[in-house]
Amino acid sequence: MSIAGFAFLVFSFTIIASALMVVASKNPVHSVLFLISTFIAAAGLFVLMGAEYLAMVLVVVYVGAVAVLFLFVVMMLDVDFVELKQDFLQYLPIGGAVAVLVVVELIMVVSVWAFPSDADLALAHPSPTAAQTVADPNGPTNIEAMGLILYTDYVHYFQIAGIILLVAMIGAIVLTFRTREGVKKQDAAAQIGRKREDGVELVDIPTGQGLS
Amino acid sequence: MVDFEVGLGAYLSVAAIVFAIGMAGIFLNRKNVIVILMSIELMLLAVNINLVAFSQFLGDLTGQVFAFMVLTVAAAEAAVGLAILVAFFRNRGDIAVDDASLMKN
Repeated sequence: MSIAGFAFLVFSFTIIASALMVVASKNPVHSVLFLISTFIAAAGLFVLMGAEYLAMVLVVVYVGAVAVLFLFVVMMLDVDFVELKQDFLQYLPIGGAVAVLVVVELIMVVSVWAFPSDADLALAHPSPTAAQTVADPNGPTNIEAMGLILYTDYVHYFQIAGIILLVAMIGAIVLTFRTREGVKKQDAAAQIGRKREDGVELVDIPTGQGLS
Repeated sequence: MVDFEVGLGAYLSVAAIVFAIGMAGIFLNRKNVIVILMSIELMLLAVNINLVAFSQFLGDLTGQVFAFMVLTVAAAEAAVGLAILVAFFRNRGDIAVDDASLMKN
Protein backbone atom coordinates (compact mmCIF):
# COMPACT_ATOMS: atom_id res chain seq x y z
CA MET A 1 0.00 0.00 0.00
CA SER A 2 1.27 3.43 -0.88
CA ILE A 3 2.09 5.97 1.81
CA ALA A 4 -0.69 8.22 0.53
CA GLY A 5 -3.20 5.39 0.79
CA PHE A 6 -2.07 4.55 4.30
CA ALA A 7 -2.23 8.22 5.36
CA PHE A 8 -5.69 8.50 3.87
CA LEU A 9 -6.87 5.50 5.88
CA VAL A 10 -5.38 6.86 9.11
CA PHE A 11 -6.82 10.35 8.64
CA SER A 12 -10.25 9.21 7.55
CA PHE A 13 -10.50 6.69 10.37
CA THR A 14 -9.51 9.42 12.84
CA ILE A 15 -12.08 11.81 11.39
CA ILE A 16 -14.93 9.30 11.57
CA ALA A 17 -14.07 7.96 15.03
CA SER A 18 -13.61 11.45 16.47
CA ALA A 19 -16.81 12.71 14.87
CA LEU A 20 -18.68 9.79 16.45
CA MET A 21 -17.21 10.66 19.83
CA VAL A 22 -18.15 14.34 19.42
CA VAL A 23 -21.76 13.26 19.14
CA ALA A 24 -21.68 10.43 21.66
CA SER A 25 -19.50 11.53 24.55
CA LYS A 26 -21.23 12.45 27.80
CA ASN A 27 -18.97 15.34 28.74
CA PRO A 28 -19.11 18.37 26.39
CA VAL A 29 -15.46 19.15 27.16
CA HIS A 30 -14.55 15.77 25.69
CA SER A 31 -16.78 16.58 22.73
CA VAL A 32 -14.79 19.75 22.07
CA LEU A 33 -11.48 17.91 22.34
CA PHE A 34 -12.69 15.27 19.87
CA LEU A 35 -13.86 18.11 17.60
CA ILE A 36 -10.28 19.42 17.64
CA SER A 37 -9.04 15.94 16.75
CA THR A 38 -11.52 15.82 13.86
CA PHE A 39 -10.34 19.16 12.52
CA ILE A 40 -6.66 18.21 12.69
CA ALA A 41 -7.32 14.94 10.85
CA ALA A 42 -9.34 16.86 8.25
CA ALA A 43 -6.39 19.21 7.83
CA GLY A 44 -4.31 16.09 7.16
CA LEU A 45 -6.76 15.04 4.45
CA PHE A 46 -6.53 18.53 2.91
CA VAL A 47 -2.73 18.28 2.79
CA LEU A 48 -3.12 14.87 1.19
CA MET A 49 -5.34 16.44 -1.48
CA GLY A 50 -2.84 19.23 -2.10
CA ALA A 51 -4.83 22.05 -0.49
CA GLU A 52 -2.09 23.15 1.89
CA TYR A 53 -3.43 26.65 2.38
CA LEU A 54 -6.87 25.49 3.48
CA ALA A 55 -5.28 22.87 5.73
CA MET A 56 -3.33 25.53 7.59
CA VAL A 57 -6.36 27.84 7.74
CA LEU A 58 -8.34 24.94 9.18
CA VAL A 59 -5.76 24.39 11.92
CA VAL A 60 -5.41 28.09 12.74
CA VAL A 61 -9.05 29.16 12.51
CA TYR A 62 -10.90 26.06 13.65
CA VAL A 63 -8.53 24.55 16.18
CA GLY A 64 -7.09 27.86 17.32
CA ALA A 65 -10.23 29.98 17.43
CA VAL A 66 -13.53 28.14 17.03
CA ALA A 67 -12.73 25.10 19.16
CA VAL A 68 -11.19 27.23 21.90
CA LEU A 69 -14.30 29.43 21.80
CA PHE A 70 -16.43 26.31 22.29
CA LEU A 71 -14.18 25.25 25.15
CA PHE A 72 -14.56 28.63 26.86
CA VAL A 73 -18.34 28.57 26.56
CA VAL A 74 -18.62 24.96 27.77
CA MET A 75 -16.52 25.76 30.80
CA MET A 76 -18.26 29.08 31.46
CA LEU A 77 -21.82 27.76 31.50
CA ASP A 78 -22.81 26.09 34.72
CA VAL A 79 -25.19 23.49 33.30
CA ASP A 80 -26.01 19.96 34.37
CA PHE A 81 -24.96 18.18 31.19
CA VAL A 82 -25.89 14.74 32.46
CA GLU A 83 -29.52 15.82 32.60
CA LEU A 84 -29.32 17.11 29.03
CA LYS A 85 -28.02 13.73 27.89
CA GLN A 86 -30.99 11.74 29.17
CA ASP A 87 -32.97 11.59 25.94
CA PHE A 88 -29.95 10.26 24.04
CA LEU A 89 -31.12 6.64 23.79
CA GLN A 90 -34.71 7.64 23.13
CA TYR A 91 -33.75 9.34 19.87
CA LEU A 92 -31.08 6.83 18.88
CA PRO A 93 -33.33 4.74 16.57
CA ILE A 94 -34.61 7.64 14.48
CA GLY A 95 -31.31 9.51 14.48
CA GLY A 96 -29.39 6.39 13.52
CA ALA A 97 -31.90 5.50 10.82
CA VAL A 98 -31.69 8.95 9.25
CA ALA A 99 -27.89 8.89 9.39
CA VAL A 100 -27.65 5.44 7.77
CA LEU A 101 -30.16 6.49 5.10
CA VAL A 102 -28.17 9.62 4.26
CA VAL A 103 -24.87 7.71 4.10
CA VAL A 104 -26.33 5.02 1.85
CA GLU A 105 -27.91 7.60 -0.46
CA LEU A 106 -24.80 9.74 -0.73
CA ILE A 107 -22.48 6.79 -1.32
CA MET A 108 -24.85 5.41 -3.95
CA VAL A 109 -24.69 8.76 -5.70
CA VAL A 110 -20.90 8.88 -5.40
CA SER A 111 -20.42 5.36 -6.73
CA VAL A 112 -22.26 5.91 -10.02
CA TRP A 113 -21.16 9.51 -10.57
CA ALA A 114 -18.31 10.44 -12.91
CA PHE A 115 -16.78 13.55 -14.36
CA PRO A 116 -18.02 14.34 -17.86
CA SER A 117 -15.34 13.72 -20.47
CA ASP A 118 -15.21 17.37 -21.48
CA ALA A 119 -14.96 18.72 -17.92
CA ASP A 120 -11.53 20.18 -18.73
CA LEU A 121 -13.14 22.74 -21.01
CA ALA A 122 -15.10 24.27 -18.13
CA LEU A 123 -12.16 24.85 -15.81
CA ALA A 124 -12.11 28.41 -14.55
CA HIS A 125 -8.80 28.35 -12.68
CA PRO A 126 -6.64 25.29 -13.34
CA SER A 127 -4.70 24.43 -10.23
CA PRO A 128 -1.11 23.21 -10.24
CA THR A 129 -1.17 19.44 -9.89
CA ALA A 130 1.23 17.60 -7.65
CA ALA A 131 3.17 16.36 -10.69
CA GLN A 132 3.56 19.90 -12.02
CA THR A 133 4.75 21.20 -8.66
CA VAL A 134 7.36 18.45 -8.45
CA ALA A 135 8.47 19.00 -12.06
CA ASP A 136 8.79 22.77 -11.66
CA PRO A 137 9.72 23.68 -8.06
CA ASN A 138 9.74 27.40 -8.91
CA GLY A 139 6.21 27.32 -10.27
CA PRO A 140 3.21 28.57 -8.29
CA THR A 141 2.46 26.57 -5.16
CA ASN A 142 -1.06 26.02 -3.88
CA ILE A 143 -0.87 29.12 -1.67
CA GLU A 144 0.49 31.31 -4.48
CA ALA A 145 -2.14 30.06 -6.89
CA MET A 146 -4.88 30.71 -4.33
CA GLY A 147 -3.59 34.21 -3.71
CA LEU A 148 -3.42 34.94 -7.41
CA ILE A 149 -7.13 34.29 -7.88
CA LEU A 150 -8.43 35.23 -4.42
CA TYR A 151 -7.20 38.82 -4.67
CA THR A 152 -8.09 39.28 -8.34
CA ASP A 153 -11.09 37.38 -9.65
CA TYR A 154 -12.65 36.79 -6.25
CA VAL A 155 -11.72 40.04 -4.55
CA HIS A 156 -15.36 40.98 -3.98
CA TYR A 157 -16.06 37.65 -2.33
CA PHE A 158 -12.99 38.23 -0.21
CA GLN A 159 -14.24 41.62 0.92
CA ILE A 160 -17.73 40.27 1.57
CA ALA A 161 -16.10 37.62 3.78
CA GLY A 162 -14.43 40.42 5.70
CA ILE A 163 -17.75 42.22 6.13
CA ILE A 164 -19.37 38.98 7.35
CA LEU A 165 -16.66 38.60 9.96
CA LEU A 166 -17.05 42.25 11.01
CA VAL A 167 -20.81 41.88 11.39
CA ALA A 168 -20.35 38.65 13.35
CA MET A 169 -17.85 40.35 15.64
CA ILE A 170 -20.14 43.31 16.32
CA GLY A 171 -23.09 40.97 16.78
CA ALA A 172 -21.26 38.80 19.28
CA ILE A 173 -20.13 41.82 21.26
CA VAL A 174 -23.60 43.40 21.28
CA LEU A 175 -25.23 40.11 22.30
CA THR A 176 -22.94 39.45 25.24
CA PHE A 177 -22.47 43.07 26.38
CA ARG A 178 -24.12 43.96 29.64
CA THR A 179 -23.81 46.74 32.17
CA ARG A 180 -23.45 45.29 35.61
CA GLU A 181 -25.34 46.90 38.47
CA GLY A 182 -23.54 47.86 41.64
CA VAL A 183 -20.00 47.66 40.32
CA LYS A 184 -17.77 50.29 41.97
CA LYS A 185 -15.57 51.98 39.46
CA GLN A 186 -14.06 55.37 38.89
CA ASP A 187 -16.19 57.94 37.06
CA ALA A 188 -13.76 60.63 35.99
CA ALA A 189 -16.43 62.97 34.59
CA ALA A 190 -18.34 62.96 37.86
CA GLN A 191 -15.16 63.60 39.81
CA ILE A 192 -14.10 66.53 37.65
CA GLY A 193 -17.62 67.96 37.50
CA ARG A 194 -17.93 68.05 41.28
CA LYS A 195 -18.44 71.58 42.64
CA ARG A 196 -17.65 73.04 46.01
CA GLU A 197 -21.36 73.40 46.81
CA ASP A 198 -21.91 69.64 46.31
CA GLY A 199 -19.36 68.62 48.89
CA VAL A 200 -19.15 71.35 51.49
CA GLU A 201 -21.95 72.51 53.73
CA LEU A 202 -21.50 75.40 56.14
CA VAL A 203 -23.65 75.13 59.23
CA ASP A 204 -24.10 77.81 61.86
CA ILE A 205 -24.27 76.11 65.21
CA PRO A 206 -25.68 78.11 68.12
CA THR A 207 -23.33 78.10 71.05
CA GLY A 208 -24.13 75.58 73.77
CA GLN A 209 -26.77 73.59 71.81
CA GLY A 210 -24.74 71.30 69.58
CA LEU A 211 -26.04 69.52 66.50
CA SER A 212 -29.37 67.79 66.69
CA MET B 1 -3.31 -5.99 1.63
CA VAL B 2 -4.96 -4.79 -1.54
CA ASP B 3 -3.27 -1.88 -3.21
CA PHE B 4 -5.73 0.86 -3.91
CA GLU B 5 -5.65 4.31 -5.41
CA VAL B 6 -7.28 6.98 -3.25
CA GLY B 7 -9.81 8.44 -5.62
CA LEU B 8 -12.51 11.05 -5.49
CA GLY B 9 -15.06 8.50 -4.30
CA ALA B 10 -13.08 7.73 -1.15
CA TYR B 11 -12.97 11.38 -0.10
CA LEU B 12 -16.63 11.91 -0.91
CA SER B 13 -17.56 8.82 1.11
CA VAL B 14 -15.65 10.06 4.17
CA ALA B 15 -17.38 13.43 3.81
CA ALA B 16 -20.77 11.72 3.49
CA ILE B 17 -20.16 9.71 6.66
CA VAL B 18 -19.06 12.80 8.61
CA PHE B 19 -22.10 14.70 7.35
CA ALA B 20 -24.41 11.90 8.46
CA ILE B 21 -22.75 11.76 11.88
CA GLY B 22 -23.33 15.49 12.23
CA MET B 23 -26.95 15.08 11.25
CA ALA B 24 -27.44 12.21 13.71
CA GLY B 25 -25.82 14.37 16.37
CA ILE B 26 -28.54 16.98 15.98
CA PHE B 27 -31.17 14.28 16.47
CA LEU B 28 -29.47 12.60 19.42
CA ASN B 29 -28.49 15.70 21.38
CA ARG B 30 -31.58 17.72 20.69
CA LYS B 31 -31.56 19.24 24.18
CA ASN B 32 -27.95 20.31 24.28
CA VAL B 33 -27.37 23.40 22.14
CA ILE B 34 -23.59 23.25 22.46
CA VAL B 35 -23.39 19.78 20.95
CA ILE B 36 -25.87 20.83 18.25
CA LEU B 37 -23.55 23.68 17.31
CA MET B 38 -20.64 21.25 17.20
CA SER B 39 -22.67 18.93 14.96
CA ILE B 40 -23.27 21.84 12.59
CA GLU B 41 -19.52 22.45 12.53
CA LEU B 42 -19.04 18.78 11.61
CA MET B 43 -21.51 19.08 8.74
CA LEU B 44 -19.79 22.22 7.44
CA LEU B 45 -16.46 20.39 7.65
CA ALA B 46 -17.91 17.57 5.55
CA VAL B 47 -19.02 20.11 2.94
CA ASN B 48 -15.53 21.59 2.93
CA ILE B 49 -13.99 18.16 2.37
CA ASN B 50 -16.34 17.69 -0.58
CA LEU B 51 -15.44 21.07 -2.08
CA VAL B 52 -11.71 20.52 -1.73
CA ALA B 53 -11.96 16.98 -3.11
CA PHE B 54 -13.85 18.14 -6.20
CA SER B 55 -11.45 21.06 -6.60
CA GLN B 56 -8.45 18.76 -6.46
CA PHE B 57 -9.75 16.02 -8.74
CA LEU B 58 -11.14 18.47 -11.30
CA GLY B 59 -7.95 20.50 -11.18
CA ASP B 60 -9.81 23.76 -10.58
CA LEU B 61 -8.97 26.10 -7.72
CA THR B 62 -12.42 27.71 -7.56
CA GLY B 63 -13.62 25.01 -5.18
CA GLN B 64 -10.91 25.88 -2.70
CA VAL B 65 -11.90 29.55 -2.82
CA PHE B 66 -15.45 28.47 -2.12
CA ALA B 67 -14.31 26.26 0.77
CA PHE B 68 -12.51 29.33 2.12
CA MET B 69 -15.80 31.25 2.10
CA VAL B 70 -17.60 28.37 3.82
CA LEU B 71 -14.90 28.40 6.48
CA THR B 72 -15.39 32.14 7.02
CA VAL B 73 -19.14 31.81 7.40
CA ALA B 74 -18.71 28.82 9.71
CA ALA B 75 -16.42 30.81 11.97
CA ALA B 76 -18.87 33.74 12.04
CA GLU B 77 -21.75 31.36 12.72
CA ALA B 78 -19.91 29.74 15.62
CA ALA B 79 -19.13 33.13 17.17
CA VAL B 80 -22.69 34.45 16.88
CA GLY B 81 -24.22 31.11 17.92
CA LEU B 82 -22.15 30.90 21.06
CA ALA B 83 -22.88 34.56 21.86
CA ILE B 84 -26.61 33.86 21.59
CA LEU B 85 -26.11 30.80 23.78
CA VAL B 86 -24.34 32.85 26.47
CA ALA B 87 -27.07 35.52 26.37
CA PHE B 88 -29.75 32.80 26.59
CA PHE B 89 -28.02 31.19 29.54
CA ARG B 90 -27.85 34.53 31.36
CA ASN B 91 -31.56 35.06 30.89
CA ARG B 92 -32.76 31.55 31.71
CA GLY B 93 -30.00 29.92 33.74
CA ASP B 94 -30.31 26.89 31.48
CA ILE B 95 -29.61 25.94 27.88
CA ALA B 96 -32.35 23.36 27.25
CA VAL B 97 -33.67 23.79 23.72
CA ASP B 98 -37.21 22.92 24.74
CA ASP B 99 -37.48 26.15 26.71
CA ALA B 100 -36.23 28.21 23.80
CA SER B 101 -39.54 28.11 21.95
CA LEU B 102 -40.68 31.46 23.31
CA MET B 103 -39.54 34.82 22.03
CA LYS B 104 -39.91 36.38 25.47
CA ASN B 105 -38.07 35.75 28.70
